[in-house]
Amino acid sequence: MPNMSMTKVPMPQQEPDVRNKNFEEVATGYTKEMAMEEATRCLNCKHKPCVSGCPVNVPIPEFIEAVAAGDFDKAYEVITSENALPAICGRVCPQENQCEGKCVRGIKGESVSIGRLERFVADYHMAQGIKTTPDIEKNGIKVAVVGSGPAGITCAGELAKKGYDVTIFEALHKAGGVLSYGIPEFRLPKSLVAKELENVTDLGVTIETNVVVGRSITVDELFEKGYQAVFLGTGAGLPNFLRIPGENLLGVYSANEFLTRVNLMKGYKKGEAPTPVKVGKNVAVVGAGNVAMDAARTAKRLGAENVYIVYRRSEDEIPARAEEVEHAKEEGVIFKLLNNPSKILGEDGWVKGIEVVKQQLGEPDASGRRRPEPIEGSNYIIDVETVVIAIGQSPNPLIRQTTEGLETQKWGGIIVDEETGESTRKNVYAGGDAVTGAATVILAMGAGKKAAKAIDDSFKND
Amino acid sequence: MYKIVKKEVLNRDVILLEVEAPYVSARCEAGQFVIVRMGEDGERIPLTIADFDREKNTVTLVIQMVGYSTKLMGKLEEGDYFDDCVGPLGQPAPLNEKWNRVVGIAGGLGAAPLYPQLRKLAEMGVKVDVIIGGRSAEYVIFADKFKEFCDNVYIMTDDGSLGGKGFGVDKLKELVANGEKYDHAIAIGPLIMMKFVVLATKEMNLPTAVSLNPIMIDGTGMCGGCRVTVGGETKFACVDGPDFDGFEVDFDECIKRQSFFKEEEHECMMKIGE
Repeated sequence: MPNMSMTKVPMPQQEPDVRNKNFEEVATGYTKEMAMEEATRCLNCKHKPCVSGCPVNVPIPEFIEAVAAGDFDKAYEVITSENALPAICGRVCPQENQCEGKCVRGIKGESVSIGRLERFVADYHMAQGIKTTPDIEKNGIKVAVVGSGPAGITCAGELAKKGYDVTIFEALHKAGGVLSYGIPEFRLPKSLVAKELENVTDLGVTIETNVVVGRSITVDELFEKGYQAVFLGTGAGLPNFLRIPGENLLGVYSANEFLTRVNLMKGYKKGEAPTPVKVGKNVAVVGAGNVAMDAARTAKRLGAENVYIVYRRSEDEIPARAEEVEHAKEEGVIFKLLNNPSKILGEDGWVKGIEVVKQQLGEPDASGRRRPEPIEGSNYIIDVETVVIAIGQSPNPLIRQTTEGLETQKWGGIIVDEETGESTRKNVYAGGDAVTGAATVILAMGAGKKAAKAIDDSFKND
Repeated sequence: MYKIVKKEVLNRDVILLEVEAPYVSARCEAGQFVIVRMGEDGERIPLTIADFDREKNTVTLVIQMVGYSTKLMGKLEEGDYFDDCVGPLGQPAPLNEKWNRVVGIAGGLGAAPLYPQLRKLAEMGVKVDVIIGGRSAEYVIFADKFKEFCDNVYIMTDDGSLGGKGFGVDKLKELVANGEKYDHAIAIGPLIMMKFVVLATKEMNLPTAVSLNPIMIDGTGMCGGCRVTVGGETKFACVDGPDFDGFEVDFDECIKRQSFFKEEEHECMMKIGE
């Protein structure tokens, strides 16, 4: 008889007023008992709607069954048969739009907490410190993977398991892509990212940092060096700006810059790490995606008193994960919805405020969401000393500028065959944000996996 | 790890390091830069490439020990390593073989990044002169190196301890007033120096390229910290530059933006007793 509780077993977490002053992880994770209790809520549906919602097809009911039975090692084995980064996905996937969104239990009450269970299983396994290095028969085929973010490491891991000799080229000094520079410590501890990366290198994958493909070496030169296929998982690295007056004032950051200073460069260790980060008493973060929530909550932790999310649409259109919005609110972030920035005001070169215009929702636009329209004469000024622009990123142009025959969308996304991930250049594959524009970790992983399979197929059929 | 194979102390503030960096040396061109880093949480420091040797797989970097991280780098010796050295970053300098005669104007450290640009032009058959400025004789660097291919090497010091007394731009004005003809200028040095060179060359109608080195983190277009207004448009110095048409650069904004972290820099310096 399944556990018919309408609600999820609550996630233990730090109190909002404590956690908004530190960079420790917010949610501390289920205990064994909590996990087993939550697992019994799963109905083990025959048609498995949850699996259809998972971009990497994790056999969800099977792993949950193992958790319910207390066989966590088996649960780990089941998850990792399809997902190489469970500790990360359990934390950052937008489960409410994916597996949990399809969960039958969610029709009446709350869905099974698949994300929290996945996280528990991964953390449990890591804590045991068990390492299983599979016996892989090498096939001697060299594949280059560009970028060590979610798409790249997934593709590399999958190919390595199949025997390929894989090298990942990373532009920064540290691997992990957005997992290292973007997502903050309090949401995704970097020690955990390091461990997941270690699992990939344990499969025999080489990671070469400090190589900017397109500058240090070109895609053509990679082929000359004997790589027989190239996967581009270069992400969406180019920050978008608002193109309003005052964006070059001191105190205006792109979210990329702000988060990179804090995460990758360890700016949160004030007085220890030499890379500085400056936040005012009052901070406006423009945008309402996951990156905006990360920036706002980071600003709070760096000591800002008033942190505003400034967003031109309404609550319903907020693109961030529900949990991030909830956490941000609990931590005291103030939401200024239906407010569109029109100008950043400065004094002596420094930010002193942001002028916003109130909006109302009109007819749906191309994105299917109701278009925000300005209310004439409703502009007012929010006093801030820091502005963080978090309105999305575009793919970095370095590779498309230096790779002949690689076709891209007007906005920069690499054009690929949807089934295989192959680009318009033979044997060059791409996936993740470099193709879709800024999206999620799990979609990037799904694309990396798909491309790995297509690459393998192409060599098998040769 | 990136080995330092040669170190030279050029003066009390400036050192030259030759570093093994095969990816960089294989592809770099005059005008491009690298980012180096030392230590676990070390800062990423952008440095314009002063020279390179494709056979020895090395690049030459000239470092002014003005901040916390660059002072630490000053302690590096031959045989030591940088943890990271990535590049080449940025666009190669837009050099044109159709130019007839070019004058380079260097301020202090700027002589180092100017050197490969003028050498390249000389190799392309362009006639080159250089004006090297420095606070005093001690701060004039690379003069002998320029002599290898420049028709004229002029030196200017603030105190007159070497060459003429005054700024590089004063020498340029004098040369042009005396009838010297140039069809292009390249000015590299402190922002304030480049600003004044450009003010003068605008009047002379002498097109002038400048090389910018603003605050940045990744150097690949990701952070946008290196925003600079050029011709009314926002550019990223790391991917669109670092060389720009000096007539179009908003120097006052650049100077302001350079001061963003002054306070934090000061706190950091206190730790090493400066």
